[in-house]
Amino acid sequence: MTAFILRRLLQSLGVLIAVALIAFLMFRFVGDPVNQMVGIDTPQAEVERLRQELGLNDPVLVQIARFIANAARFEFGISYQFRLPVTQLLAERAPATLELALVSAIFSLAVGIPMGVYTALRRDSALAKAFQAVSLVGVSLPTFLIGILLIYLFSVTLGWLPSFGRGQVVKLGNGWSTGLLTTSGLKALILPAITLGLFQMTLIMRLVRAEMLEVLRTDYIKFARARGLKTRAIHFGHALKNTLVPVITIAGLQLGSIIAFAIITETVFQWPGMGLLFLKAVQSVDIPIMAAYLMMIGFLFVVINLIVDLLYALVDPRLRATIGSA
Amino acid sequence: MSSTTAPAATSASARKGRIARILDSDIYASFRSSKVTMLAAFVVVVMMLAALLAPVLATMNPFDPAQVFLMNASLPPSWLPNGDPQFVIGTDDQGRDLYSAILYGLRVSLAVGFAGVALAATLGIGLGLIAGYFGGRVDAIIMRVADIQLTFPAILIALLVDGVVHALLKGTNREGTAFWVLALSIGLSFWVQYARTIRGSTLVERNKDYVQAARLVGLPAPVIMVRHVLPNVIGPVLVILTINLGLAIITEATLSFLGVGLPPTQPSLGTLINIGNQYLFSGDWWIVAFPGATLAVLVLAVNLLGDWLRDALNPKLR
Repeated sequence: MTAFILRRLLQSLGVLIAVALIAFLMFRFVGDPVNQMVGIDTPQAEVERLRQELGLNDPVLVQIARFIANAARFEFGISYQFRLPVTQLLAERAPATLELALVSAIFSLAVGIPMGVYTALRRDSALAKAFQAVSLVGVSLPTFLIGILLIYLFSVTLGWLPSFGRGQVVKLGNGWSTGLLTTSGLKALILPAITLGLFQMTLIMRLVRAEMLEVLRTDYIKFARARGLKTRAIHFGHALKNTLVPVITIAGLQLGSIIAFAIITETVFQWPGMGLLFLKAVQSVDIPIMAAYLMMIGFLFVVINLIVDLLYALVDPRLRATIGSA
Repeated sequence: MSSTTAPAATSASARKGRIARILDSDIYASFRSSKVTMLAAFVVVVMMLAALLAPVLATMNPFDPAQVFLMNASLPPSWLPNGDPQFVIGTDDQGRDLYSAILYGLRVSLAVGFAGVALAATLGIGLGLIAGYFGGRVDAIIMRVADIQLTFPAILIALLVDGVVHALLKGTNREGTAFWVLALSIGLSFWVQYARTIRGSTLVERNKDYVQAARLVGLPAPVIMVRHVLPNVIGPVLVILTINLGLAIITEATLSFLGVGLPPTQPSLGTLINIGNQYLFSGDWWIVAFPGATLAVLVLAVNLLGDWLRDALNPKLR
């Protein structure tokens, strides 16, 4: 078990270093960082001094090592457009993205699981068929179209919900700004959270349905029926419980893509989060922000994958046995 | 081979035989038995024809400044008050006929989608063949890269590639390069699936007798890979191609909607939706609704076809 954990940790570290290398290459070779900082009339000596100061004249290997060391401390330099440290820019916007991602993850689980259970248990009912059709459309509609549709319906036509921004936010003591404590903040959260969570919701619904149908065919469910247990107890006590393990895995793995897909949702709703910052960076070739965002998402994905793998080993005794013997 | 009427006749009968064989196959039977699939196929064919024939079907060339008049800007569809029968589903903010703009946009969207998928397939099949055929360190490196890339969502990779390539091309005319940059970013974000599939089957094939024989005869490795191994491993790629086309069209539309794809001067469906989105609040719903509906129907139809193909070719489900 210890060997397995060690091996996985080393693998994760390898992936992170590879991502850091790509980020470094972008940083160093896509658009000269010095050219971005100085004006046309800066004297050559000044440019040379800046190069020396930034360490751009050192051997490439030294630069890579320094970049990785800085990245490990979450230091990514100064944004070209904002002239502010990238870390500070990202930290200011992180609460908006994380709150949005969390709420939409909860939404997708809270709606997706019951829908999946229902479509599995009442397979031939009209409502189940309708759910299935909706899920197909949910997978096919691009995220931004769903957002536009919701805005048109609930903001433009009905005027119930705001179409952009976070509403009123409250600053907590540690610098975290939250929109969860004010009415306008909560109202502003509804449409983006649904837009972002809809794809995940359909995914979870389909997964729960497939797993549920699988489990309902197994012998221990038949045995439970033969024992005369109530249908309710069989469906929810025995069947649902066993379908939830893979569902939780997928939901965990999807948390990373929710944060990545937030780029689109944040653009549609002008949500002041990290995704919007990243998109603006792409549009104006602000490499430090792009590199930092790439590193951050990479880190997030690696950590989530690692946790899911370790949890699996912890939860599933069969897997633990094979790992132990390997 | 003599080139008289005889070969032509045999090829004609062979073609007839092939059509008869197709009509007789399981796949065709499964196609005919699913009404949804037939409808989806019909929609896809109609849309492709419409895209191909856009210059003929359109009532005007929406990108020819001589045919566009600002006075016609933001006209509603013809059945609404103020509508002009000349513009059936209205005009956009610059007075372009929306119906014509959608036809041309469909053309651009499908072209980028096909180009991106072709690029992804070529790259993925090539790398998959190399990894599977040579094995060892080459295999390890290619598949590690694939693993790392697979941890990131495709849309993020496409955004990054788009940003980096535009930065490298700084100073060149964005309008000229946007199409290929988009195709490249789609190609680079979707190759992994092809590589994994091809590598898996190549690993099996490379130990078979016919490959050994070819190697003994002294054929060079590239020839063996392309002429002998490839035809035997290409089958499953067809399904991935179809499913990927839907994803590629969505990716292109998303990038264009986010403003990093195609510029308004050569709009795809995504660009049209982006333009229309800016007029949503002034009540001009049609500028965004019609391109949006076209995109949704196109992607849905392609996805339905892909799903059907996956099930029809899956021997376990027969």
